[in-house]
Amino acid sequence: MTAGAPTRDATMVTVRERTPEKPRRWSADDAFALALRLASLAVLAAVLLLIWQTWLGSRPAIQAYGLRFLTGTAWDPVAEKFGALPYVVGTLVTSGIALLLAVPFGIGAAVFLSEIAPPRTGAVISFLIELLASIPSIVYGLWGVFVLAPFLRTLVEPWLIKHLGFLPLFQGFPFGLGILPAGLVLAIMVVPTVTSVTREILRALPDSLRGAALALGATRAEAIGVTLDAARPGILGAVILALGRALGETMAVTMLIGNTNHLSWSLLGPGATMASVIANEFTEAVGKLHLAALFEVALVLFLVSLVVNAVARLIVLAATGGRRDVAGAA
Amino acid sequence: MSRERPDVVLPAGVHWRRRVANRVAIGGCVLATALVVLPLGLLVLRLLESGLHGLSLGFFLHMPKPVGEPGGGMANAIVGTLIVVGIGAAIAVPVGVAAGVYLAEYGREQLANVVRYTADVLAGAPSIVVGVAVFGLLVVPMGRFSALAGGVALAVLMLPTVVRATEEVVRLVPASYRQAALALGAPSWVATLRVVLPAARAGVTTAALLAVARASGETAPLLFTALGNRFWSVHLDQPIATLPVMIYDYARAPYSDWNSQAWTGALTLLVLVTVLSALMRLATRNIR
Repeated sequence: MTAGAPTRDATMVTVRERTPEKPRRWSADDAFALALRLASLAVLAAVLLLIWQTWLGSRPAIQAYGLRFLTGTAWDPVAEKFGALPYVVGTLVTSGIALLLAVPFGIGAAVFLSEIAPPRTGAVISFLIELLASIPSIVYGLWGVFVLAPFLRTLVEPWLIKHLGFLPLFQGFPFGLGILPAGLVLAIMVVPTVTSVTREILRALPDSLRGAALALGATRAEAIGVTLDAARPGILGAVILALGRALGETMAVTMLIGNTNHLSWSLLGPGATMASVIANEFTEAVGKLHLAALFEVALVLFLVSLVVNAVARLIVLAATGGRRDVAGAA
Repeated sequence: MSRERPDVVLPAGVHWRRRVANRVAIGGCVLATALVVLPLGLLVLRLLESGLHGLSLGFFLHMPKPVGEPGGGMANAIVGTLIVVGIGAAIAVPVGVAAGVYLAEYGREQLANVVRYTADVLAGAPSIVVGVAVFGLLVVPMGRFSALAGGVALAVLMLPTVVRATEEVVRLVPASYRQAALALGAPSWVATLRVVLPAARAGVTTAALLAVARASGETAPLLFTALGNRFWSVHLDQPIATLPVMIYDYARAPYSDWNSQAWTGALTLLVLVTVLSALMRLATRNIR
């Protein structure tokens, strides 16, 4: 029992002092605390297990290819040539598209929820956005394949080709499946993260900011600009958190990206991400090296998302003044 | 914000450009919110439209039929999901609750800060990586895909949710409960187990169910662990069908009756996952 406001601890201390203590030996309390500590170590063990197992599995590939693994563009299981660059690029491009779309809309929605909407409306919409976040990836994938893809193929992509086709990004044929559709469904999936975290960060800001801006004659929008400016570091954390989610997202992307290992400039063409190549090839990997290469893709993906998440959480914690911990311990 | 916000009335002297900018910015925020919520509406509507007509008792009770034969259900996948998620919960809930109690009761130790942070980071781990790691841990040594491996993979994914949510609800128990127990002469561990934890029971149950709900929708970690199975199996050491993986297989198949069963499966999954977690969220709000 350590958590709580200072008054709580003060009472605790008096209770302890009045209890007549025998010379301390190993007590049931110590055993209990030890058991709880061991259980909490399971969390650390889980992370170590993920690193250890993916590293173990990928050793043959690491030995065979070294750093060339990340820069090679050829992925040919038959010839046992494995370069993961197309998947790294695919992951970055789809996540980039997702953030490009999700960040402005997500922040706009967060501003609406915390600064503009009447409290009750805000609560209802926040709840809906939380629902959006709880929908399983596979359901997004199904919807993406049967609703989003035909819509893009018949309406959006022909338009892009006609009007923006001079850019290499929008050349090719309207497939409906490809990098752009995958990025779009990713955007829908990560937007709740951007909105929820940004909303919390805006709420954590002192009201005097808005008040001062309004008192100086700022319009509503200008006052919002002031709060957004103050929230900038926290919003960056929200964006990186969303990036972490986008990088590792598997099912919906695998179903929509079209799956090819060729690099191309066109966003309309098919591609693949690190997560999607694992999902597609893992159970069918025949050669030892093929499997090891997929393990290595998983290892790289995990390390990258570990770093991204760690950084994002540090930023968010700092931006909210470690708010979660204000309620409890240190 | 939960306070009233009086409308800002701009005085007459404000330049028209600022007025327009104000309108545009606020309108933009409203539009952004609408666009963020829009997919939810579209998705739910389409799920109901395509999923409902395949919904029948047989869907829950019958086995999958070969392509072309009408009827057939996903009974094995539904039972499989229950089994795999059950294994996951059996591992993650006791360990996670204990770890959560630790964070709430001994939360000032350095170890607690490390565990808290690691749990947050683990929560962001790509679920497919968990599948790959458990493949190496269990599937390779056992020589086959199994329900057990699927359950372990889900346990890893549930753990951070259970830990963090348990910590939060245990913290909500008033300190006076604990102090009263100690004043009556109970040792600290008895106070925790017999007084604090029972007081937080509703919250801990909610935490566990939230984790279960999330895990039941996971597909990626099951692809290389539980694999899938066209047949009835409840053996823990054999491949087992699960609802998310079956939806994936049926959605990719080039047969329209399979596709329509995928929609019904997705509707079932959505009710299972989203409705469960929505209820949990409402419940935790009331506890607070």
